[in-house]
Amino acid sequence: MQSLQLRNSRQIFGKKIKVTGVDKDFNQTLEKAGRVADFIELGHLMCVDALDRDESCGAHARLEYLAESGDAMRDDENFGYVAAWEYSDDKPVLHKEQLDFEFIKPTYRDYK
Amino acid sequence: MNFTLHIWRQKNTQSDGSFVTYEISDIDSDTSFLEMLDQLNEELIEKGEDCVVFDYDCREGICGTCSLVINGHPHGEKKATTTCQLYMRDYVNQRELWIEPWRAKSFPIVKDLAVKREAFDRIIQSGGFISVSVGSAPEANSQLVNKDDADCAFDSATCIGCGACVAVCPNASASLFVAAKINHFERLPQGKIESKKRAERMINQMEEEGFGSCSNHRHCETVCPKEISVSNIAAMNNLL
Repeated sequence: MQSLQLRNSRQIFGKKIKVTGVDKDFNQTLEKAGRVADFIELGHLMCVDALDRDESCGAHARLEYLAESGDAMRDDENFGYVAAWEYSDDKPVLHKEQLDFEFIKPTYRDYK
Repeated sequence: MNFTLHIWRQKNTQSDGSFVTYEISDIDSDTSFLEMLDQLNEELIEKGEDCVVFDYDCREGICGTCSLVINGHPHGEKKATTTCQLYMRDYVNQRELWIEPWRAKSFPIVKDLAVKREAFDRIIQSGGFISVSVGSAPEANSQLVNKDDADCAFDSATCIGCGACVAVCPNASASLFVAAKINHFERLPQGKIESKKRAERMINQMEEEGFGSCSNHRHCETVCPKEISVSNIAAMNNLL
């Protein structure tokens, strides 16, 4: 649902953006608009990833995944991977790059 | 602050350009010169008009991308600054500003105030490579550089390749730029082997690009945002 709203923001941007000048000449306004569109797309992917990752880990902090002590509640079993999202017009495709800890195993990090 | 701006507008390299006058008001004195132009562009977008194209990148005087001849002075009248380091408080006594691109045949206008400075890139490329022994990293103290030489090399190395020297020169000569680049390496032990060859190649390329010769007007060093001295040109000529 939230993801859909985000996707709409990209469409709204595409419809409401005002780009002056023409496409045949050097056009800095068009260049800037393209960059903003890229950032919206990147922001969208980051949100999709954040919603997909049902845990708290480092800077990815979700209020619903906090231990009682207030520490981040990691889920290494299900989310011990790096997510690489493939662009698609319809829905971004997830590719998982599994993290393999050979020598030092992840442990619970306690700040208390 | 309110200003009347006369800005050079030119559709593309082939077309003729002309000055177009714009009125701009409510400019804060702490607005930078380029932010003032941003503000003008925002107003132009609101009106559905084509924005004024101008070059910029770092906006902190280190990249050499911004240009602009302001009231006849490349990078404005203020000494040792690039256009992006100018603030509107520097123009407190002026109401009218004339803004033009770098004017030199070797710097064709892309659009409005933006020019192509690829000729500079080709000069740098013609400088080519330097000969050094490859292999393990050399011991830092094995090649001593005299402090005076290091300082001189650094002074030349501060050139950001903006092209103001060309824009102000009555001959559109790139001598100060080329000399700065040549002397930067000339002072250091690395690349000594091809020193003369490198200087020749870069000077030939400069001439091929259509830049004029130095005729000792010395305007270049007065507008250089990095205050590179014309003594670099004398040193370059000594190499030939």
